[in-house]
Amino acid sequence: MDFLNAIVALSNFVLIPAMTYGSQLALGALGVTLIYGILRFSNFAHGDSMAFGAMATILVTWWFQSMGINLGPLPTALLALPFGILAMAAMMLATDRVVYRFYRRVKAKPIVLVMASLGVMFIMNGLVRFIIGPGEQRFADGARFIIKARDFKEWSGLKEGLVLKTSQGITVITAVIVVAALFWFLNRTRTGKSMRAFSDNEDLALLSGINPERVVMYTWLIVAALVTIAGVLYGLDKSFKPFTYFQLLLPIFASAIVGGLGNPLGAIAGGFVIAFSEVTVTYAWKKVAVYLLPESLEPSSLVQLLSTDYKFAVSFVILIVVLLFKPTGLFKGQSV
Amino acid sequence: MSSTPFDNRGNKDASIVNPHGQGTAIPVEAGGHARPAPGGPFLSGEAMTGGYGKNGPDILHNCSISVDRGEIAVIVGPNGAGKSTGMKALFGMLNLREGHVKLDGEDITELTPQARVVKGMGFVPQTQNIFTSMTVEENLEMGAFIRTDDITDTMEQVYELFPILGDKRNQPAGELSGGQRQQVAVGRALMTQPKVLMLDEPTAGVSPIVMDELFDRIIEVARTGLPVLMVEQNARQALEIADKGYVLVQGANAHTGTGQELLADPDVRASFLGG
Repeated sequence: MDFLNAIVALSNFVLIPAMTYGSQLALGALGVTLIYGILRFSNFAHGDSMAFGAMATILVTWWFQSMGINLGPLPTALLALPFGILAMAAMMLATDRVVYRFYRRVKAKPIVLVMASLGVMFIMNGLVRFIIGPGEQRFADGARFIIKARDFKEWSGLKEGLVLKTSQGITVITAVIVVAALFWFLNRTRTGKSMRAFSDNEDLALLSGINPERVVMYTWLIVAALVTIAGVLYGLDKSFKPFTYFQLLLPIFASAIVGGLGNPLGAIAGGFVIAFSEVTVTYAWKKVAVYLLPESLEPSSLVQLLSTDYKFAVSFVILIVVLLFKPTGLFKGQSV
Repeated sequence: MSSTPFDNRGNKDASIVNPHGQGTAIPVEAGGHARPAPGGPFLSGEAMTGGYGKNGPDILHNCSISVDRGEIAVIVGPNGAGKSTGMKALFGMLNLREGHVKLDGEDITELTPQARVVKGMGFVPQTQNIFTSMTVEENLEMGAFIRTDDITDTMEQVYELFPILGDKRNQPAGELSGGQRQQVAVGRALMTQPKVLMLDEPTAGVSPIVMDELFDRIIEVARTGLPVLMVEQNARQALEIADKGYVLVQGANAHTGTGQELLADPDVRASFLGG
């Protein structure tokens, strides 16, 4: 019995949260890796793009809520998501038009685009705070739980109750759908293949009649969808705060690099590696230990390796360890 | 490049920039139109002058190249003569300062490379002429990117021409040998069903046996009536199969004639064919 209790506690505080966080990171890292592979720079504005997309969705959600439109047990934000994606796509295409296109025309080396994206990051960051404010916003509604602790306890007779939040369930399911759709698109459709061709060899893509500007446009559209979905899922799961999203840039980049930059499969694997290590290292293991160990060995401390304040440090330690042994990331990325 | 404000600034960190596969061509900008220009050979570059970039020095000087239906035209010349540049100029991969490119009775000087593909030009560049991370079949599919009709027949024809590719159709093209890569590259260009085929040193870096076979295949393609314009290092072998030959020196036409004439020309023999 104690063993089962330990597993339930572990699921509650490690497995399910890490799975959820990992899905969010994976979606974010997929966007980073697509831009790296196709537009050839690391987009520093990624975290703040997530904030912008989430903000647009939140505004529409509030509007829907004020009109009494909802999805019943599901959060209204899901209904608002397509509108958020549209707003984000418009924003990204506008940014590309105003900022990045110029550098592509003059064949600027990618480092110049990295620095340009840093500027875009600050502008996006300011814009989001200006529109929705720097504070924390809540927009989740609908049923809070899929599995409630009390129901689970009654059903199973265990001391520990399993909890599965609606936001966690939605995050994982959405991530699976989005990733499957993205892979199908990249590997099976003509447009997806042309994006891979452009990533592989820009000049030859031009010789094959592939329009580079079209490829770039599709990339921004897909990235807009990815960042908005990632941003909204993160906001539903935790809460929306512009600064948190800016900070998310760090674990997202760590995920993309650990997995192998430019490799979509790697981005997903990287997201889960980073999420699981962050959660495992910063979790207080006392509860699980109490269930598993005999009474005499019961720990007196919390058995927490690191305070959650250090969670970003964890992603970077993982990053360094992986790069020391596999410089191109877990999956073969394009960076050397 | 260090003089431009958009260079690499000493960055060597590949975790923030992706140096892989970035384009170098500054092609003709979109927005231009083709104009009717009747008469003349099927594909011709007339009095082309130009170089790379906006302010780069001229590499081509008043250079003219043409190929007509059913012909094989070969461009030979010493290293740095502007042979590859001439091909790129014909394809719109660089901006001409003077001169015109005409295709099938139309002036296409202002068209983008991708618009020229639609007009029926196929080009196999000298290096990086395949998508290494994609399978052989995907390479051919990308070759046919502009086509909206059924491409399976053309793909079968390419596999017939290069049987080895059929066996390796699901293998990443980057894993193939040098000769097989060149076959993929030529096959990719043939997938558009081009009206003119341009090959930039198709036999660079392949063994002599493979080279002979590639030449045979190219002749086979040309016999179907497809005009072929080719840059070649192996001047003698190339001129032997050429209907028309151009010798370029420092970006200008030095000698022009049929392949046999150039082979017999004492000047050409002395300077390019080793006596």
